[in-house]
Amino acid sequence: MSRYSALALAVKALGGNRTWPRVWRDPEPKPSYDVVIIGGGGHGLASAYYLAREHGITNVAVLEKSWLGGGNTGRNTTIVRSNYMIDGNTRFYEKSLQLWEGLSRELNYNVMYSPRGQLNLSHSKAQFDAAARRGNIMRLNGIDSKAMLRDEVRRFAPYLDFSDQARFPIYGALWQGRAGTVRHDAVAWGYARAAARCGVDIIQQCEVTGIVTKNGRVRGVETTRGAITANTVAIVVAGDSSLLARMAGIRLPVESHVLQAFVTEAVKPLVDTVITFGAGHFYISQSDKGGLVFGGDLDGYNSYARRGNLAVAGDVMAEARALLPHLSRLRVLRHWGGTVDMTMDGSPIIAAMPVKGLFLNGGWCYGGFKATPASGWCFAHLLATGEPHPLISRFTLERFERGFQLDEKGAGPEPGHH
Amino acid sequence: MIRIDCPYCGARDHTEFSYGGDASVPRPDIACEDIKAWSDYVFLRDNPRGAHSEFWHHVNGCREWLIVKRDTATHEVAAVLPARGNMP
Repeated sequence: MSRYSALALAVKALGGNRTWPRVWRDPEPKPSYDVVIIGGGGHGLASAYYLAREHGITNVAVLEKSWLGGGNTGRNTTIVRSNYMIDGNTRFYEKSLQLWEGLSRELNYNVMYSPRGQLNLSHSKAQFDAAARRGNIMRLNGIDSKAMLRDEVRRFAPYLDFSDQARFPIYGALWQGRAGTVRHDAVAWGYARAAARCGVDIIQQCEVTGIVTKNGRVRGVETTRGAITANTVAIVVAGDSSLLARMAGIRLPVESHVLQAFVTEAVKPLVDTVITFGAGHFYISQSDKGGLVFGGDLDGYNSYARRGNLAVAGDVMAEARALLPHLSRLRVLRHWGGTVDMTMDGSPIIAAMPVKGLFLNGGWCYGGFKATPASGWCFAHLLATGEPHPLISRFTLERFERGFQLDEKGAGPEPGHH
Repeated sequence: MIRIDCPYCGARDHTEFSYGGDASVPRPDIACEDIKAWSDYVFLRDNPRGAHSEFWHHVNGCREWLIVKRDTATHEVAAVLPARGNMP
């Protein structure tokens, strides 16, 4: 398979672009692998890539029930950032941002990382103080951040509502300049291509229907395309984590909820950064095509429906209108929902399960996309060595029982509130 | 919009209610000292795709707690009961 380059582009163009090879192989599943990864989203594909690349384990299958990146990898609002405050989260998400910075070159695939920065607005002195504290903790961990007061925010983003009529006047903001957006489909495709080049089998239209265990040890999986044996099985399935874990007799501290996202018709460049509203739950950026991409809160009840209710859509639009009044005449072109696995403390689980040989990478709540590279990088280390990498040592399953929750928001054991 | 047929007020939009989570997890007896039983009660959920029994609080209505049997894939409501007298 040829490398992508300016020269390859020119040569293929001369041939009418009819000679590009397949981006990744489409093999039949073999009866046995060293490692089976369930789930062909960003996290699963990244795990497979780093297993092959960093640890030399290439007899690996990634099983995807539908198409690559068709779950939450293709449904998020593409934002990447590392503005976390709690030990156990901070350095992990910073590792992820560092990997994003070099990912296009690493994968030889343009993932369109755009470090346009993120502006986290605060609307009261107390909220600004909390944001400044977060920023200071980030800086102590070597992560860029800057606190701005109202006038500076206004110079930076004059299109926000700074009028006397603003429902929640802007007090200040916390800025992270290296945050930004990444094209989410390209992440799935780039990792898939790079993993396939290392020898990983990527098998689509292959749903896992059972996990085979014997004497407390995993032996393989049953799928819609036959049984596959493997001594290491990894569950990386976002919103369906509970359903897959139950196949091995494990209950998780997880509830599945639906999160909606929206995109408007395309307009000329308007929002040149990522902005989060501090008086509600709302975040917005502008895609390269010009559509404004935004989202808000969970619908608020257990759901596997992958579609949301209109009441929350209305709430999100109201927040958009409160922050950027001139959006009121824009039409929303599309809206969709994704099933997210909300944990009891709002932080993920990347850990060995009570069944030997079975591992889980899940519970990403609605913040999994930004973590994709570090999640795959650390999970590959866990799958290859059996030992958690220090960056994920707090993301255990036992932390709930033992009282070591990583509750960034301080919302308590209410999965819908994180 | 999900319509919830409140036994006290009649059918109302779900936006009048506040969600209270899984209603199938029995609370351990207050004298129970088994930490595992308590941590399972607080943290672990079946989280099924399909029939789900859950608490809803009619916070903008009669303020009664209800148990709603709802399908988590289709949002179809099969039954609504008062939580009083029907606790797991």
